[in-house]
Amino acid sequence: MRLLTHNMLSSNIKGVANGFPLRIEVEKVVEKQVDFNADFLKNMFAKIEWKALVDASRSMGYSELPGDANPSMLDSDDFLQKFHHALLELHLEEGALVCPETGRKFPVNKGIPNMLLHEDEV
Amino acid sequence: IDLEQYPTGPHIASRMLYTAENSFGDVSDKVVADFGCGCGTLGLAAGLLGAQHVIGLDIDDQSLEIASINADDLELDMNFVQCDIKNFRWRDQIVDNVIMNPPFGTRKKGADMDFLSVALKVASQAVYSLHKTTTRDHVKRTALRDYNASSAEILCELRFDVPCLYKFHKRKEVDIAVDLWRFVPQNSQVKRL
Repeated sequence: MRLLTHNMLSSNIKGVANGFPLRIEVEKVVEKQVDFNADFLKNMFAKIEWKALVDASRSMGYSELPGDANPSMLDSDDFLQKFHHALLELHLEEGALVCPETGRKFPVNKGIPNMLLHEDEV
Repeated sequence: IDLEQYPTGPHIASRMLYTAENSFGDVSDKVVADFGCGCGTLGLAAGLLGAQHVIGLDIDDQSLEIASINADDLELDMNFVQCDIKNFRWRDQIVDNVIMNPPFGTRKKGADMDFLSVALKVASQAVYSLHKTTTRDHVKRTALRDYNASSAEILCELRFDVPCLYKFHKRKEVDIAVDLWRFVPQNSQVKRL
């Protein structure tokens, strides 16, 4: 599961006011190379929750992303490469996503998070 | 059987994706979600046509496992999430387009409309979906009136071969007429799930 996907996921448990972002518990991270696409990154920048991405990448062992980012940084190739790496090339293979409010863990196996709710959570 | 899982045939998948890409440019370099992805056919086709990031969602373990294997075989990177579309929560409209072949709602009534409702909240640009031709008027009316679609267009009519998979199929093979729809959601700042 890429961090781009993580940036879209929110806890869907009944009663949770803000289930985003989910905390990451890492058991296994895999890196997979992806072709660099600057235009795509520039488009995505506006839609990404930056802080969530930074925290997530750090929990995956990558600390190169700056804590704050603004659009002018998109002119820097160095910045774009780091953004690219964090967003698309880091994969959570095994671990869990944790609801920030309830602490409930959604397991991640073989890169697939299981977000199915139990009956009492719907 | 309850989930109404029919595989999307390759001819339907390629028709959908080629139209989306060649007529509308809705695939390459986009973030695409495949709702009810099953074995991943539509999502993988999107990947082959240049989608930058594809996410497949399905409720069923076994389908997702097959989908993962299919993705590996094609050397495509596709993210999968196991969830129930109806109570799944997304953040905003990061997804550009949704492509789907939803359950038609013959066993569980209205299943395809549930999928459409969620898809229109999630997609920021377009939703491509298949619905039975017999439900055409209902689909159009509901999408425009209730689900916030600003437009609902039928791109073409296709025939879906449903072989006799389940006991409740009375005839040996049934051809179902389906419409390929393209819906455009109304973009709104205040759109939350």
